[in-house]
Amino acid sequence: MLALTVDIFLLVFLIASAVGILFTHQLFAMAMLFGLYSLLVASLFILLDAPDVAFTEAAVGTGIATVLMLATLAATKESKEKPRKKLSKSALTISIFTGALLLYGTTGLPKFGDPEAPIHTQMADRFIQQGQAETGVPNLVTAVLASYRGFDTLGEVTVVFTAGVGVLLLLRRRYKPKIRRNADAG
Amino acid sequence: MNEFLYVISFSILVTMALALARALAGPSVFDRILAVNMFGTKAVLLVAVVAFISGRADVLDIALLYSLLNFVGVVAALRLVERGKFYASVRPRVEVKPGEKP
Repeated sequence: MLALTVDIFLLVFLIASAVGILFTHQLFAMAMLFGLYSLLVASLFILLDAPDVAFTEAAVGTGIATVLMLATLAATKESKEKPRKKLSKSALTISIFTGALLLYGTTGLPKFGDPEAPIHTQMADRFIQQGQAETGVPNLVTAVLASYRGFDTLGEVTVVFTAGVGVLLLLRRRYKPKIRRNADAG
Repeated sequence: MNEFLYVISFSILVTMALALARALAGPSVFDRILAVNMFGTKAVLLVAVVAFISGRADVLDIALLYSLLNFVGVVAALRLVERGKFYASVRPRVEVKPGEKP
């Protein structure tokens, strides 16, 4: 009961912050709201009993991504989103086409919550029965992520690391910037 | 005891809603930073309360991680607001000649 209430509240907050991100034109506000959004997603992961996914989401989404976005903003001159004059036809076509393709792709997946899906009939039993003995990890989600899908996670870590190194190289300054003493930015 | 925790979690959710409203509306940069900070603090409290209700003490580690991230994030945001040239607010830039004081 409580979990349901908290879920509903957090999902409403999630939608509100997503709509806020869409409609704001201040890039700084956007970066801060993205941090908030990712914190909400991490809290939802905790409620779904996946603490290490929540760890990753909080560290990457709230921590690194927000700081990198703010650093990028500090290095650029524009603080506002440029107002769009008219709808770009080619972009609209491409996004509709991609969306349709993705929707078509979901038809090949098993139905949501279907007990006869291969993931439930073939793998889940084995993970639940032998996961603890085979990996020694108390949490099942962590066991699957870090041990059974270890190579997958290694690939993700490589991608994130490469992206982080690239962004840090881009943001490197040649001169140390002056710090404004009387920054009454408001 | 559990009813007490339910009331606490509900009031934390209401506080989160207020902080979110300030983060969405907040006219100045510092309103938003403070609102996001407060939202993070309330998320820490909520995670702790949920951990107590569900009896999963290991979730408290995540609450600790949140509070650390919150602190680091706010310090980074404030430092970058201080450093950034233009994006803090829309105000005209005052040109200062090399010899003269602003």
